[in-house]
Amino acid sequence: MVAVPPSAAQNGTSRGRVLVVDDDAALAEMLGIVLRREGYEPAFVSDGNRAVSAFQQTRPDIVLLDLMLPGRNGLQICQDIRTQSTVPIVMLTAKGDTLDVVQGLEAGADDYVTKPFKPVELVARVRAQLRRGETGQAESLSIGDVQIDVPAHQVTRDGVPIALTPLEFDLLVALARKPRQVFTRELLLEQVWGYRHAADTRLVNVHVQRLRAKIERDPEKPEIVLTVRGVGYKAGPP
Amino acid sequence: MSQASAEATCHVGEERSKPRERTDAHRDPAVSTTRPAPPATDASPASSSPGTVGPAPADEPRRPLSADLGALRRRLRRQATRTRRLSQRQAARAAAAWRSSLQVRIGTITMLVAGTVVVIVSLVLFSQIRDQLLSVKELAAIDQVQTGVVYAQNEVAGIAAGDSASVRATLDRTVKQLKERGSPAGDFEVVMVYRTGDSERAPAVSQRGIYPAIPPELRADVASGGQYAQYAMVPDGSGQARPTYLVGAPVPTGAGSAERIELYYAFPLDQEAESLSLFRSTVVISGIALTLFVVGIALLVTRLVVDPVRRAAGIAQRLAEGQLEERMVVRGEDDLARLATSFNAMADSLQRQITQLESLSQLQQRFTSDVSHELRTPLTTVQMAADVLYESRADFPPHVARSAELMHTELDRFEALLTDLLEISRYDAGAAVLDWEPTDLGALVRRVAAGMSALAERHGCELTVSGPAQDVIAEVDARRVERILRNLVGNAIEHGTGQPVEITWAANRTAAAVTVRDHGVGLSAAEAQHVFDRFWRADPSRVRTVGGSGLGLSISLEDARLHGGWLQVWGQPGAGAQFRLTLPLAAGTDLTSSPLPLRPAVLRRPGGVR
Repeated sequence: MVAVPPSAAQNGTSRGRVLVVDDDAALAEMLGIVLRREGYEPAFVSDGNRAVSAFQQTRPDIVLLDLMLPGRNGLQICQDIRTQSTVPIVMLTAKGDTLDVVQGLEAGADDYVTKPFKPVELVARVRAQLRRGETGQAESLSIGDVQIDVPAHQVTRDGVPIALTPLEFDLLVALARKPRQVFTRELLLEQVWGYRHAADTRLVNVHVQRLRAKIERDPEKPEIVLTVRGVGYKAGPP
Repeated sequence: MSQASAEATCHVGEERSKPRERTDAHRDPAVSTTRPAPPATDASPASSSPGTVGPAPADEPRRPLSADLGALRRRLRRQATRTRRLSQRQAARAAAAWRSSLQVRIGTITMLVAGTVVVIVSLVLFSQIRDQLLSVKELAAIDQVQTGVVYAQNEVAGIAAGDSASVRATLDRTVKQLKERGSPAGDFEVVMVYRTGDSERAPAVSQRGIYPAIPPELRADVASGGQYAQYAMVPDGSGQARPTYLVGAPVPTGAGSAERIELYYAFPLDQEAESLSLFRSTVVISGIALTLFVVGIALLVTRLVVDPVRRAAGIAQRLAEGQLEERMVVRGEDDLARLATSFNAMADSLQRQITQLESLSQLQQRFTSDVSHELRTPLTTVQMAADVLYESRADFPPHVARSAELMHTELDRFEALLTDLLEISRYDAGAAVLDWEPTDLGALVRRVAAGMSALAERHGCELTVSGPAQDVIAEVDARRVERILRNLVGNAIEHGTGQPVEITWAANRTAAAVTVRDHGVGLSAAEAQHVFDRFWRADPSRVRTVGGSGLGLSISLEDARLHGGWLQVWGQPGAGAQFRLTLPLAAGTDLTSSPLPLRPAVLRRPGGVR
């Protein structure tokens, strides 16, 4: 059942709607309590088969998705949602192995949190993901033969637009803004994801791979996003 | 050709035997003097005289001879070195073949033994036959000579001493007669010598050239009376020297007059030599053939044994590589079949056990991940609830607030313990995966130090990091290495009793090392042995501020091992402890040494900064 409780925010405005997809009722309820305390508006769905329709119904600003669900598998739900929207998706998972993480991120998730997690941590990530949408000045950047129009969120090569998720776009912009600087993974996590504490740098690896797959002519020989061995990544020459 | 016959001692009935004399017409052709290679210099003809060293005539510039000799010496030396190296290489190759192949060993040994036996037997056979041939010849020859002496005696009885012409005629006639007699001893020539006192006439010979070839010792012996024989080289009709058996005897001339007559027979040994040569070549050829045949049989027999052994070795190797279904083919009932049967039984047992272990390991892995998931979800809920309560504790009455605090901290501990346990069980199940990547070690160490600075401040410890200025990139799993270092630094701060904690890192060409030194209570050698054990604590009453589960060092050790690295500890009661983590720079390589020493170089009171 989809439950959309009335907004419980103190001053009548909520910071965003969160769709919680998890089959454990206690955990879902606890998440609801925590999110509401922070001023978010939670909605719940516990059955994998109904997750996508719930998504369409509630139009959340962010989705918290558990992988182990009855009915439809969490990875598949993630892919389904991704075909429809670029809304931030955060995986909740008990499995922290790289394989599982990479699978989840490649299915379209923007982040993952391993159970058990601190509520503070989760809230910080949700906040960071929601904040990402805001940008500012008009600027136009370029790396190699790729043009980036920042306010329009458009990336083109020779006039042909390339579709990137907001996260991938932000990653590219962060690199392009300082073409000669080498970004460590921690720095990227802070600038692009907004995480100040030590988070898992595998996130960065997987997203760079995804970005490369979309934007490089030859992902094996990258020219746009270059690896600096042992340190991190940097943008190719403009 | 007939050196063998010339070397035989001859026995002439009961006469004194005379050792043969080695004919000096023979020259040993085997030794040839090696002439030095002509110097490859363009020495002008004028300086051909050896020993001309010094300024050459002014009109022609040329190199001094010493330089030529030097160059020549160098070339010879180089050649010698090359030859020596080549032969060394061949020797090494031969030694390797000897060691590695049973067939080579058996074949060589058989060849040597069979060859030696064949050679000895042939030599013995050969010398027997030769002696036999010669003695037959000798007996026949002596027989002939004695008959001839008797005949000659009759003939010379009527010699008129003074009449040299008749003497001559008689001698010639006798010689001719003697020669024309056939003999079982084969061909021969006759010489009769007539002496009066000391003078000697020209002898009557059936063939020219024999008489001068008669050795003087023989002549002397015969002259002193008695029959003597000797082997010598005597020229034949065409002047070629052949080995010959010479027999000489005096011919009694009636009343002891001053005249002496000596009769010499020369029996050429052509036929014997030919027979012997034929015999020798036959023996040599058959000897070689026999040896080869024996070696061939030995190799064949060896093959019969070595082939099954090789097959078994191949199958065993495939088994070892993981193909557990390999088995040997059992044929017949002999020892080899028994070997095959036992081998197959062993392989069956191994396969069963390995499959069992693999399934057990899989079970354990599945259990780990199932438990992991099942435990974590309720724990998450509980922790979140506890956190909510904790954050609102100001609103509670004191005892409720305190309960909320305790619940919060203990749940943290519980969560840490659970994580550690699950991590350890992953190592036990062999399911731990090393996710290595090129990582900047200096940055990693500094990051950990920065992360632990808050804790250090709380304990009043000063945290220092020192390392090389240049970047070191190592292929490591950053998450695990950070975990190890956080554990080590946390332990150092906790046990450091407020003294500075020094983190040092260094690298050489193959490895990198990080040491964490504290100056706290330290460890005794016995404690150092146990410090990596699971749930082991040095002092159980110690206050745990770092939230340890007792598994931190065990996990760190497993993490280090996963990288192929080392985690070691040095400690001294009262002087603190130093933990050293050593990791190979390239993933998958073996460590042989560490860039930093385990025992701190200087044991001094902290206060001096490195």
